[in-house]
Amino acid sequence: MSTAKGKYQKVAYYPGCALEGTAHSYNRSTQQVGKALGLDLVEVKNWNCCGAMEVKNIDPKLQTYLSSRVMAIAASEMKMDVVMAPCNGCYHNLKKAEYDLAHDPASVQVVDRLSKKAGHATYEAGQVETIHALDWIMHGIGEDGLKQRLKGSLQGLKVANYYGCMYTRPRHIFPEKDKGPGTESTSKPHFMDDLLGAAGAVNVEFPLKTACCGGAHTLSDSDTSTKLVLNILRTAEAAGAEVIATECPTCHSGLEMHQVRAEKKFNQPTKVKILYFTQLLGLALGLSPRQVGVHENISDSLGFLREKGIA
Amino acid sequence: MRSLAEIEQRLDELEAGAGVSCTVAAAELVELGEAVLEHWVNAKGLAPTQDTREGFRLLALHRQGCTDDPSFNACRETCRELAYHHNLLTSDAEHPATPQRLLMMAMVARHLFLFVTGKMQVAALGDFCCASRPIRQQAESRETG
Repeated sequence: MSTAKGKYQKVAYYPGCALEGTAHSYNRSTQQVGKALGLDLVEVKNWNCCGAMEVKNIDPKLQTYLSSRVMAIAASEMKMDVVMAPCNGCYHNLKKAEYDLAHDPASVQVVDRLSKKAGHATYEAGQVETIHALDWIMHGIGEDGLKQRLKGSLQGLKVANYYGCMYTRPRHIFPEKDKGPGTESTSKPHFMDDLLGAAGAVNVEFPLKTACCGGAHTLSDSDTSTKLVLNILRTAEAAGAEVIATECPTCHSGLEMHQVRAEKKFNQPTKVKILYFTQLLGLALGLSPRQVGVHENISDSLGFLREKGIA
Repeated sequence: MRSLAEIEQRLDELEAGAGVSCTVAAAELVELGEAVLEHWVNAKGLAPTQDTREGFRLLALHRQGCTDDPSFNACRETCRELAYHHNLLTSDAEHPATPQRLLMMAMVARHLFLFVTGKMQVAALGDFCCASRPIRQQAESRETG
């Protein structure tokens, strides 16, 4: 095992709020895939909200503090080097906090003051590395390692990989990306393509892989969200996809809910199935649909997966 | 300047296959993308630029639309996908995948249209675009006040 791979064998796990609610199947499938791959997840003790978009829009430095507290616990109390956040929103916010604390003295002051007030160690930039679930599997196991552990296959399943907006934007908070071979790209992300391809999927050419799903508009302007999602669903179908693979709870639930709404409100039905990439990887690793939470999705894909011989 | 309704209608026609050559359609889709961004730039009280960036006025308009409004960054890759598909289609018009590529380009152009018109319908909607919120806030945060 290389040192680089070893670093990701045991990581602090920050599921975030969505994975305890609407994205429970993402939580379940992430943990199950970790077990199947021999990767250890140690949940961050007494974790809190990352600040999501609500706090960030009202007081960005308070969001920086909230995210820093998660990293502080991982670093100081758990002595972990790596925090893995499968939720794009959490991942983005922890990366943003890391950037702020490395570049903005005012943020450092606020975080220090609030950390002391709350009675925990102040997080200092560089104490942990925050990664996404895609990084965790790609760097901890890799495509070849994944192939060695497959017990099934996605056997030609046509997949549109949808990364959403927060996994790569803004580019400057992801300094490890765009560093050439082996690293992720912010303009054309490919880790999900690579992993699902290694598991037998056929990745279709999908030009909207980082396009806006309207997730942040979903309550303030539901029709815009529905139209944006419908365009993503139709584009995936036109690209030949049978499944859209997701890695963000906001995107995933938006795609699922607005797929239903598009049919009801605009009489625009689409058939493409929506599954977390961890659910697909889990099935390829021999896990059952129930183990990866297929029954918890709104998008009913069980019959389809059985028909394809994947479940 | 074409109205948003006219742009949408033409996007419908091009997506359905408007009976024009792929190179003409590709150029028109870029122009439609520019027209969408012109609406956004106009709504901000600016005169749409005639400059180009990397050979595309579309990308220059996007950059202009981003200025002081980082939420507009969310359609950066959408604009770049349009430019990419334009280059793909015009550099090899006889490629067997041309009809599919043209369809994909039309759907990307529609996404740009939907994103921008959605933002224009709801004032300040961009403030809730979580991925694009400015990292450095101009205003002092409450915590530092």
